[in-house]
Amino acid sequence: MSAYAADVAALARKDVLLEVRSRDTLPAMLLFVVSALTIFHFALPSGSSERAETGLLWIAIVFTALLGLTRAFAAEREEGVLDGLVLAPCDRSAIWLGKTIGMAVFLVLAEIVALPAFALFFHPLSWELVAAVALADIGIASIGTLLAAIAAASRARELLLPLLFLPLAIPVVIGGVGASIASNPGSFLGFLVLYDGVFAILSWASFEYVVTE
Amino acid sequence: MIRARKLSRSFGEKRVLEGLDLDVPRGGFVLVTGPNGSGKTTLLRLCAGLYAPTAGELEVEVERGAIGFLAHEPLVYRELTALENLDLYGRLYRLPERRERAGAMLERFGLWRARNERAGAYSRGMLQRLALCRTFLHDPDLLLLDEPFDGLDAEGADLLHAELAERASVTALVATHDPEALVTRSTARLALA
Amino acid sequence: MSSLNRGLPSAAFALLVGGFALAFYWAPEDADQGFSQKIFYLHVPIALTAYACFGWGAWKALRLLWTRDRKYDLESYTAIHMGVIFGLLTLVTGSIWAKISWGEWWTWGERQLVLFLILFLFYSSYFMLRYSTEPGPRRERNSAVYALFGVVLIPVSFLAVRIAGTILHPTIFTHEGADLPWQMLVAFLVCLAGMLSLAATLYRVELTGKRIDASLRELRELLA
Repeated sequence: MSAYAADVAALARKDVLLEVRSRDTLPAMLLFVVSALTIFHFALPSGSSERAETGLLWIAIVFTALLGLTRAFAAEREEGVLDGLVLAPCDRSAIWLGKTIGMAVFLVLAEIVALPAFALFFHPLSWELVAAVALADIGIASIGTLLAAIAAASRARELLLPLLFLPLAIPVVIGGVGASIASNPGSFLGFLVLYDGVFAILSWASFEYVVTE
Repeated sequence: MIRARKLSRSFGEKRVLEGLDLDVPRGGFVLVTGPNGSGKTTLLRLCAGLYAPTAGELEVEVERGAIGFLAHEPLVYRELTALENLDLYGRLYRLPERRERAGAMLERFGLWRARNERAGAYSRGMLQRLALCRTFLHDPDLLLLDEPFDGLDAEGADLLHAELAERASVTALVATHDPEALVTRSTARLALA
Repeated sequence: MSSLNRGLPSAAFALLVGGFALAFYWAPEDADQGFSQKIFYLHVPIALTAYACFGWGAWKALRLLWTRDRKYDLESYTAIHMGVIFGLLTLVTGSIWAKISWGEWWTWGERQLVLFLILFLFYSSYFMLRYSTEPGPRRERNSAVYALFGVVLIPVSFLAVRIAGTILHPTIFTHEGADLPWQMLVAFLVCLAGMLSLAATLYRVELTGKRIDASLRELRELLA
C-alpha cells in the first residue's frame, strides 16, 4: 500500500473510530431521516403519486447528509487538530479523502436504515433508485467535506454550510430524481457519474487551498 | 533559519504584527515576549506556515513536516487515547517504529500509565504533557513553542527542561510571558509591543 | 487615467444605442413572436455577459491560488459582483419575456431561467461566505475556491437542467430559432459587444471604488 493510501486509510479509520466512541453524528442522522419520512407521510395528501413520494425521499437524503456534514470537522475544531494534520508531511488532499470516505460511510449507513424505512412507509424501491443514491453519496460526501472545511473557517459555520451546499446539490437532486422515476434512468445515472467525477476531482485538488493560507 | 523582513499580519482591520524584522540563525533559541495581544501566537503561526503574511517577507528554511509546533490547544483528538493520538501522528509523519517511539515519549513525560485513557479525560496539565509528546515525537528541526509551561506542574516543567536540554542544537522560537524560566538557554530575545 | 478608461464607457454607450437602433429599426420582425421578440436583443446579451463575468471572476480566482498575489481577490470579487447584477437582470428580462410570450412570469420549462436561478442562489451564497469570514488570506482563498466551483457548476447545471427538461418539466417553449436572419445576427452581436463593454466599464469603476475603500480603511487604521 502506498504511503498516500496508508494515510487516507488511517484518517478514515480514525473518523469511524471517533464516531463509534462518541456516537455524535450517525444516531442523529438516523433519527432525523426517519422523522423526516414520518413528516412526509403527513405532508403528502393521501393518493399522492409514487413520483411525489420519491421526490420527497431525495429531499430527506440531501438534508440528512447536510446534518452529518455540519459535524464533519467538529472533532478537528475542538482542539485545533486540523492545524496538527496540516503540519504533518502527508499530502493535504489525503485529509480530504479520508474525511470524504468517512462521511460516505456514515451516509451509506444512514441510508441502509432510511431506504428500507421508505419502502415500508411508501412504496418498493427500484434498483435504479438505490444505484442513484449510492452515486449521489459520492458527490455529496466529496463536495460536502470541502465546503464543511470552508464553512468551518467562517463565523457562521453551521448556518453557512447549507447555503454553500444546496445550490451545488440541485444537480444531484435532478439526477437522482430522474434516475428514480424517468423511463431512461441510464442517462441520469450517467449524469451522476459525471457529476461525481468532476466535483470529486475539483474538491480533491482544491482542499489544500482551504486549509492553508 | 528564519528570516522576516517588514513582516505584517492583520485580521480584518486589526493589525496584530506590523513591520517586524527577525533573524533566527540555525541553532538559535529565541524567546518571544510581550503582553497579551502583542502577536506572539500570530508570529509562531506565521513561522509554522499556518498563517500567511498580509505584507512583508518571511522565509523559514525547514522541510515540510520538520516543525514541532506547540499551540495553545493540544492538537489532539479528545475521543482518542493518548497512545492512539501519537500513533496517528506517527503514521502521518511516517516514523519508523512509531509505536515504540510513541510509548517512549509518553514514558518520558510521565503519561505511560494513562496511555489508554481518552485525551478528553485528561487534566489541563496532562494535556499539555501530551501536546509536548506530540511536538517532540518526530524529532523536529525547528521548535515553535507557544507558552510551553502553561498548565505544567513543577515536575512537568522539569521534564520539559530536560527535553530541551537534550535538544540543545535544535532551533527554537518560544513565546512566553515567563522568560526567566528559559533565560539561560536563550540566545536572543524578541520583545513585541 | 488611461485613455482606455475614457474610451470604454463611450464605446459601451455607442454600441448599445447603435445595437438597439439596429434591432428595432433595421432587423426584421420575428415571424412567430412579432415585436415582442425584440427583448431577445436585451435578454440574451445580458445573460452571456453574466457568464463572462462569472468566468472572469473564476479566472482571477485561479490566478490568486496560483500566484498568491492578493490583488486578484478584489478583482475576482468585483467580477462576480458584476455577474450577479447581470444575472439578476437576466432573470428579470427573462421573466418579462415569459410573461409577454406565454402569459406567465415564471416557467420551469424555460431552461435559461432555471439555470440562472441556480446560479443566482450559488453566487448569493458566495457573498454570504465573504460576509461571514474574517477578511484576510483565508477568506481570499476560500472565496477563490468557491468561485472555481461556480464555473464548474455552470456547465454541470446546464446539463442537469437540460436532461431534467426531457422528463421532469417538458420543454414546450424554446427561444432558439432555427436560423437567425443575418440582419438579426448583426444587431445581436452589436448589442452583445455593447453589453460586454458596459460590464467592463462597471467592473473598472467598481474596482477603483473598492480599491479606494480599502486604502481609506488602511489609512484610518494607521491614524487610529
